Amino acid sequence: MKIAIAVTLSFVMLLFFSGCYADSAAYRVSEIASGIYYHQGAHEEASEKNIGAIANVGFIIGDRCVAVIDSGGSFREGSYLRQAIKQHSDLPICYVINTHVHPDHMFGNAAFKQDHPEYIGHEKLPSALTARQVYFAQTFKEILGEAYTGTEFISPTTMVNIDQSITIDLGNRPLTLTAYTTAHTDHDLTVLDHNTKTLWTGDLLFIERIPVLDGSINGWIQTMQQLKAMELNHVIPGHGPASSDQWQQGLSNQLRYFTVLRDKIRTVIADFGTIEEASNRVGNEEQPYWELFEYYHRRNVTASFVELEWE
Amino acid sequence: MFYRGLNLIIISLALSFFGLSAQAETPKEALWPTLKVAYFGDKTIREKADDLLVIEAPKRAEDAAIVPISVKSLQSQTATKHIKNIHIVIDNNPEPYSANFHLSPDLGIIDISTRMRIDQYTFVRAIAEMNDGSLHMVSRFVKASGGCSAPAGKDAAAALARLGKMQIRMRKPTVGKPVQAQMIVSHPNYNGLQFDQKSRQYIRAHYVKNIHISYNDKPLIVVDTGISVSEDPSIRFTFTPSEQGVLKADVKDSKEQHFSLQKEI
Repeated sequence: MKIAIAVTLSFVMLLFFSGCYADSAAYRVSEIASGIYYHQGAHEEASEKNIGAIANVGFIIGDRCVAVIDSGGSFREGSYLRQAIKQHSDLPICYVINTHVHPDHMFGNAAFKQDHPEYIGHEKLPSALTARQVYFAQTFKEILGEAYTGTEFISPTTMVNIDQSITIDLGNRPLTLTAYTTAHTDHDLTVLDHNTKTLWTGDLLFIERIPVLDGSINGWIQTMQQLKAMELNHVIPGHGPASSDQWQQGLSNQLRYFTVLRDKIRTVIADFGTIEEASNRVGNEEQPYWELFEYYHRRNVTASFVELEWE
Repeated sequence: MFYRGLNLIIISLALSFFGLSAQAETPKEALWPTLKVAYFGDKTIREKADDLLVIEAPKRAEDAAIVPISVKSLQSQTATKHIKNIHIVIDNNPEPYSANFHLSPDLGIIDISTRMRIDQYTFVRAIAEMNDGSLHMVSRFVKASGGCSAPAGKDAAAALARLGKMQIRMRKPTVGKPVQAQMIVSHPNYNGLQFDQKSRQYIRAHYVKNIHISYNDKPLIVVDTGISVSEDPSIRFTFTPSEQGVLKADVKDSKEQHFSLQKEI
């Protein structure tokens, strides 16, 4: 009886919520520079309704082939992204590049298996995936429901080493892939399109949505300073709008957020305070500036605290 | 320590059940009745023992890898009546039996906290075992964290590079007055649940299994710890130095590595 009600309910809910991404036609990509397309993720938590499409994902088209940069938050998003690519190009998909391990950036990988692409990631991506995949599978099957079906954990076949950028060519379209030391995660990768001077930052940059720390606060602050010095025409952040003119401000906001956190947590630690005291007190003045602040701010404080404790 | 064999059985059962692909969905049925029998046999446990103990944990596990949990006693430890052990059980963790704090009557008051991994919503329980053998329980419900927060380390290389580094931290202590102290040891605390795709095998667990904190060679707190404990295990506690002396922490891990640090007061 209970099961029957639950099944009926979820069916009704599915009908009710299906407005968001009922099919691939509702999944839109925009061209931000010649041959560079992205789908902007929603500032929401992943859910069945939004098919996990909460991060920026997209592709770059060269003369010879297409590179996917982040594959989406579910197998379903990956397949919608693939269909969007097919609407803009008949060229083969030769690379799937993952900027880091998080589900919203790589759960769509399996949707491109039929294209036999080279999967590329940071040298530490495979071990990061190994450490998380049992947990991700368990959690996201529930969160994503039907959209999860088909999702596989596909590790990179080509790896980029820290401090040894590689350049791949899509046909008159060189892309430089750079692997960073620990920042947002311990395996962040960026993609630079030389033709248009466009940088895909992955989650090294969040705009509007609160950044999430899963690496090192000190490392990320350093990396942000490095990115600020770059001369770029366009930037596609991991979350929030791609732009020519907002990214410097976005980086400044993110830098301010983490600098405030670091300064105040250091004070709490110096006074022998606890994680709980720090999460209650530190950085609440930042709330008006960030979407989903209440979901991730305390987590950022906790993660920073246990790092700064060892200074 | 004393329920370790049983825990291994539970883990191996869990692993064989979960298979290679994924764990089962969040358990919906209450595990506690089974766990209670497994860990405490047919002994009676007095529930909602709010007159004796207070347990604190966040409502939501903000970071699944680091959830602060603290237990305070509302009654002073005396030679005739004191809490001998506090068992921590996290129902829905892969190894529910998470820690056993053996406590000295010399502590005066019990005020301990540590950090645990919590990957799905669960009850967190503290069961006090008195010197007369009676059991008293308090519990809190903790909701799981959202999104990409996995109970995995954030920077494996940094954790390994620091392995065994220790700190004893406290505000300036005064002889005869209660003082809060913290012992923290850098250790990745690998839980053995991480799957290596290349070898198709689980990576062996490597975790801190015992923390021994003493003052002038008399044990204050001895903790048997398991894989629920966060990376870089931390124990915070209150004690009263009765005279000048040495606070010492000895740590043993599952590979029989020893680490220790002391501080003069």
